[in-house]
Amino acid sequence: MTVFLVRRLVWTAFVLFAITVLTFLIFFATPGIDPAAAMAGRNTDPATVESIRRDFGLDRPLPVQYTMMMKRMFVDRDLVSYTNRGVQVLPQIKAAAPVTLSVVLGAAVIWLLLSTLIGIAAATFRGTVIDPLLMALGLVALSTPVFWLGEVVNLLTQSRFHDSLLFSWVPALGYTPLTEDPLLWFRHLIIPWIVLAVGFIGLYSRVLRSSLLEVQNEDFVRTARAKGLSERRVMVRHVLRMSLISFVSLFGLDFGALVGGGAVLVEVVFGLPGVGSLIFRSASGLDLPVVMATVIYAAFFIVLANAVVDVVYALLDPRIRLGRTQTA
Amino acid sequence: MTKEALLEVRDLSVSFRTEDGLVRAVGGVSFCIRKGEVLGVLGESGSGKSVTMMSVLRLIRDPNAIFAGEVLYKGRDLMRLPEQRMREVRGAEIAMIFQDPMTSLTPVYRVGWQIAEQIRAHQSISPNEARRSAIELLGAVGIPNPTARVDDYPHQFSGGMRQRVLIAMALSCNPDLLIADEPTTALDVTIQAQILELIMRLKDDFGSAVVMITHDMGVLAEIADRMVVMYGGRIVEEGTREEVFYDPQHPYTWGLLGSIARLDRPKPQRLTAIQGAPPSLLHLPPGCAFAPRCPQRFSRCEARPPLHDKLGTGHLDACFLEPEAKRTRRAVGIADPGLAPS
Amino acid sequence: MTTTDVEAFVQDIRATGPQPAGPWKVAARRLRRNRTAMAALVVLIVIAVVSLASPLYAEHVARTDPFVSNVGGTTIVDGGRVDVLQESGGLGLGVTPIGPTWDVRHYFLGADNEGRDVAARVLYGGRNSLAIAFGAAFGCFLIATSFALVAGFFGGAVDEVISRGMDLIWAFPVYLIAISISTVLLTQNLELGPIELGSDSLILPMMIIALIFVPYVFRPIRGQVLAVREQEYVRAAIAQGASNAWLIRREVLPNVLPSVIVLLPLVTAINILVESGLSFLGIGVQPPAASWGSIIGDGQGLLYSRPWVAIAPGIMVVLVVLALNILGDGVRDALDPRTKLRVER
Repeated sequence: MTVFLVRRLVWTAFVLFAITVLTFLIFFATPGIDPAAAMAGRNTDPATVESIRRDFGLDRPLPVQYTMMMKRMFVDRDLVSYTNRGVQVLPQIKAAAPVTLSVVLGAAVIWLLLSTLIGIAAATFRGTVIDPLLMALGLVALSTPVFWLGEVVNLLTQSRFHDSLLFSWVPALGYTPLTEDPLLWFRHLIIPWIVLAVGFIGLYSRVLRSSLLEVQNEDFVRTARAKGLSERRVMVRHVLRMSLISFVSLFGLDFGALVGGGAVLVEVVFGLPGVGSLIFRSASGLDLPVVMATVIYAAFFIVLANAVVDVVYALLDPRIRLGRTQTA
Repeated sequence: MTKEALLEVRDLSVSFRTEDGLVRAVGGVSFCIRKGEVLGVLGESGSGKSVTMMSVLRLIRDPNAIFAGEVLYKGRDLMRLPEQRMREVRGAEIAMIFQDPMTSLTPVYRVGWQIAEQIRAHQSISPNEARRSAIELLGAVGIPNPTARVDDYPHQFSGGMRQRVLIAMALSCNPDLLIADEPTTALDVTIQAQILELIMRLKDDFGSAVVMITHDMGVLAEIADRMVVMYGGRIVEEGTREEVFYDPQHPYTWGLLGSIARLDRPKPQRLTAIQGAPPSLLHLPPGCAFAPRCPQRFSRCEARPPLHDKLGTGHLDACFLEPEAKRTRRAVGIADPGLAPS
Repeated sequence: MTTTDVEAFVQDIRATGPQPAGPWKVAARRLRRNRTAMAALVVLIVIAVVSLASPLYAEHVARTDPFVSNVGGTTIVDGGRVDVLQESGGLGLGVTPIGPTWDVRHYFLGADNEGRDVAARVLYGGRNSLAIAFGAAFGCFLIATSFALVAGFFGGAVDEVISRGMDLIWAFPVYLIAISISTVLLTQNLELGPIELGSDSLILPMMIIALIFVPYVFRPIRGQVLAVREQEYVRAAIAQGASNAWLIRREVLPNVLPSVIVLLPLVTAINILVESGLSFLGIGVQPPAASWGSIIGDGQGLLYSRPWVAIAPGIMVVLVVLALNILGDGVRDALDPRTKLRVER
């Protein structure tokens, strides 16, 4: 396990480093782009452009520029927005982070819970009409763009049927911190959570179902049945347990897509002032320092979350935890 | 051999619905196993031997499988037993071990836990007691240092050691019948003999009857009391080991015997092979399934031969040739099928 | 006996029975027999043809130019001439575009904020969305397959470097990278040697989307190449001195082709979703050009008054992505012998 942890830690550090380098190259070394003018955004004041060139050391070699940027990002933490003159970047991110965290964690819980239940239900009711029905629903769910679904849901809950008994509890678009009013926090977020999770539930229930059916054909399941275990025990302790391994490893990869992709869109659609909304606003305002900082911090969060999932994955699978060498 | 029957299979048929039509894997098989004896089931892959024995334990769960016939175990018909009762039979009264030990253990659980899981499924004992039994069993199947190895995971064992673990597991509830489905096929030759020897020794210690499924005549020559030879989903010959080895009645058995090296023959002979390939169960000939490959076939082989006791000694075979004709042709047939009349 | 045993068993039987037609013919026959997949294919073809015909619709049926604003325009509803943008509530609080007329000649789906024909824009948008998705899928497969062939075929250090690089891209949050690239490129034009790409070029989102999914395609294909490389007959061919080019063309490519064909519709489906998401955020297809995603974005402000502006392109996205996914499943089932056994009900 130690060997595994160390290897994973080194790889994570390397990925983090690579992400900063790549982001740096995108923002400061894309061919044909003048980074100073880009950073200034729609602000064409030559004095500002000149000061950016000086502040970021843009007339010096690339490695020096990289070091200076990293220093500003992680040590001095004094990046400012030039389009939104003088506003500090990091406090904005800090304020937005809890919103995004609320959005993605709630959605992830619903995603894992419902896809496990639906996947098991479909595999269990194989051969009846329930299985193809659930799988068809899953296919539709994973084919629906999350932001469009959000808009349609908004149309129904905020406008068309807002006055009906069904949706009168839905608050106006926006956000209330958990610490302020937990119930309102929940009422604000429950619909975004579900909307964000729907596509992943569709995908993961299908993945889990086919994994369950595949594992059921493994030799060790035959052994488990020959042992005289109850069908429920065979399914839960042997089949589901093995299916969860691939399920969790996939989850690690797609959690990044949830944070970096779906959450951004859902925050925009539901007016949640999270990191996604911040990226959206600064991207449409061409406010590059904010985009850069947000992307790097969000990427760090995703990569670290991936590392955590990988450790869970290793805990689930002794073959990885203990290394693959045979001792006998 | 007058001991009472432990398990009696009557006219068992197993078919599978496939895209290409109904495949009849087992077509009306009857035999019985007596207490404490070793029954060898011999046949090529696709002959239906594994399907037959897995059907006995109702381990075939394919929704496209269709079963017919009776499996009487101590007087009860297993085919009609409720699933709950059947579960009490599986693992406790009839245990089974499989061909590939590398994939037959769940990779994420310690081996001791997996053995204890079976014990606790059938006996109400504490986890600690079950664990102690597991250690004892691991010792009994020859795993060195069982107290430490009980907490190892399957991937930390070699193939032969895993088969020992599986044997320990199968014997954990002291079954009356152990079905071993090619238990040595996936193992190294040196390990094969050890595993066979282990099964034979434990069978005596635990007083279990054994069904040994194999395609290897050499395995059965050493251990079987009686033998069943299967071909194309049917039994073509059944008798004691001596009868089948020294007086084989079916030309298919002759072919099998002719294809193994014999040290007990006076002069070295050329090894012979059975011509052609095993039959497609989708396109079985209407008569004797072996006829297309049989050097001895004649006009009557167009019809299906019944399994018959022509010798009157309990030595059954499914071939239309008269015993006398067989005796003369067999000598030539085993010596050199190339010269045999066809 | 489990299903795999039964499969192996049926395979054994099959091997000795009369040999069926070639694998491609068998797969094509199975696919044709799959009615759901065929329906999905028809839906795809219809949407593609209609989208390609968008200029004809704009010019000859709707008689509008969906790329210029038409704030002062009028149209005909029930025989009467009305403004495309109408005063809302008569309080001078602004204007609301005309809603769906359900008349294909006059603002079938209504107008957007700038008085442009939404139906015509949806068709044009479809053209862009499909072009980007298919173009990106094609580019992605070209890059991924080339790398996979090189990595899988030459193995060793080459494989190690390429695979690790792919792992690295895989570990990246792809959307964030795409957002960064798009945003930077929106500020100025990209210059690649003599080629200069404007921010309104379709090539940019196509390239970005193609690049981010390369590792997803690379991994399975590399695995396939490795497996083929280890086959006895390939080793035999190497031993007989076959050239690498010959081996790749004759042995490796035909064997990885099924994987490519199975993955292609699925990756295209993901591409449509990603493109629409980026365009919705305003960093994909740039105005005045449209894509389904950008029209949904335009419709967000009109959601409660004129919901069809956002709903219509969304329905198109769902239909196309669903059809591609169903088709992908159908192709996989057709090419994968594991589906030989069917539950008959």
